[in-house]
Amino acid sequence: MNDSIIKTIAVAFSVCLVCSLVVSSSAVSLRDLQKENKLNDRRLKVLQVANIYDPSISISEQFSQLESKYIDFESGRIFNEYQNFNIEEYDQIVATKDPNLSTSVPASEDIAIIKNRENVGKIYILRDDINKIEKLILPIRGYGLWGTLYGYIAVENDFNTVSGIEFYEHKETPGLGAEVDNPKWKSSWKGKKIYNNNEVALEVIKGKVESSDTNGIYKIDGLSGATLTSRGVTNMVAYWFSDSGYANLFRELDYES
Amino acid sequence: MQIYLESLTMSLKQYQEVIINPLIKENPITLQILGICSALAVTNNLSVTLVMCVAVTSVVSFSNLFISLIRNYIPSSIRIIVQMTIIASLVIVVDELLKAYDYETSKKLSVFVGLIITNCIVMGRAEAFAMKQKPLVSFFDGLGNGIGYSIILIGVAFIRELFGAGTLFGYEILPLVSNGGWYMGNNLLLLPPSSFIIIGLFIWLIRSLQKDQIEEDDFEVSKHSTMPDLSKRELNV
Repeated sequence: MNDSIIKTIAVAFSVCLVCSLVVSSSAVSLRDLQKENKLNDRRLKVLQVANIYDPSISISEQFSQLESKYIDFESGRIFNEYQNFNIEEYDQIVATKDPNLSTSVPASEDIAIIKNRENVGKIYILRDDINKIEKLILPIRGYGLWGTLYGYIAVENDFNTVSGIEFYEHKETPGLGAEVDNPKWKSSWKGKKIYNNNEVALEVIKGKVESSDTNGIYKIDGLSGATLTSRGVTNMVAYWFSDSGYANLFRELDYES
Repeated sequence: MQIYLESLTMSLKQYQEVIINPLIKENPITLQILGICSALAVTNNLSVTLVMCVAVTSVVSFSNLFISLIRNYIPSSIRIIVQMTIIASLVIVVDELLKAYDYETSKKLSVFVGLIITNCIVMGRAEAFAMKQKPLVSFFDGLGNGIGYSIILIGVAFIRELFGAGTLFGYEILPLVSNGGWYMGNNLLLLPPSSFIIIGLFIWLIRSLQKDQIEEDDFEVSKHSTMPDLSKRELNV
């Protein structure tokens, strides 16, 4: 008699018990591997954007060449200690969900549609042999067409020249907006200038940059069929290099050197 | 001995049938029209599609196996939810495995691995086959249906990736204009609706070769009468 109440409850209970055991044991046993994958994926992007990635050396070893620093967006200062966070584990995206660690961006300034900006960010510094800053690797994010694009942009030590761009997470349409991952397009960012007369001028335009264009140094080819993603990237750059973003940091570092 | 051999050949024939039939003749996508949703979503890139096919095939095979193992103990009043629990657990395990061993692809597949739970093929085979048949043959039925699903998905992905992005498994076959080549990619093929068109063409092709798949019309369209009905003339204002 399969349909008695006792039997029904017994079957339901034992099926659930066995299934939950299977699910939880797989989740627990694979957690470390997954965490490592996620961390390595981020680190790989940082190394790629800094253009120092060497597939023959392990990612964590290469990553140790980079210096991780906190940055206070208000003052632009960089520092090493922040509350009781460990800099390796501090995640500014998580911080944006905590009202004590973030500030909501007023709608009028929120061109990249990030809603909340962390009070303290995390950046990576690549130094050359004589300990001079060679590149800064800065996390950026902003809304595209389907969701927020998360990535890194690398800036040369004049704090005005782009060295590279990489996105590690986005939801754009494959073949259209997802062409932000196209190596050819990404390489077109190298050498472009960010500021023109202290205003952020760098933008992704519609169509191709004409070689005769005198302002071509501030322009990136648009992604064909992905106007909204291109606009999202432009807004992202405009936001993160404004005073709400890294502009204060650049001033501070200029002053120091 | 004679009887034993007979039953062995019988069962061999059954195994053969449950594996071969779903490939073309009773294909889950083109004949049963199941699992269309994921066929739209994950077919713009062959390597991602391949991982998805392996995931679906293993889930449908093992869910069939486990459900068939306990089929005699499942009370009919809660059978659907029991099937769902087993399927969902398997899908979560597959998702966890992907995140641990193939992080890149799992990132691209994102929610679609989780959505295997709602793939009608898995539930359909559990309810239609595994609840009535022995475990091993159910497993092979799942395998056959998974492969049938995979054949169509790989076909769709092949067309979409080759003519949409000019690549196969990410390797450049037709150099795109945007990369300095000569091929103008077909952007429609990169968007999910194009899978509808390609699957439609597959169904057309299969049904023109296998005429017995053509369904009878549900109703017949009556012919217009050419003669005006004079008795109702006052209504034709």
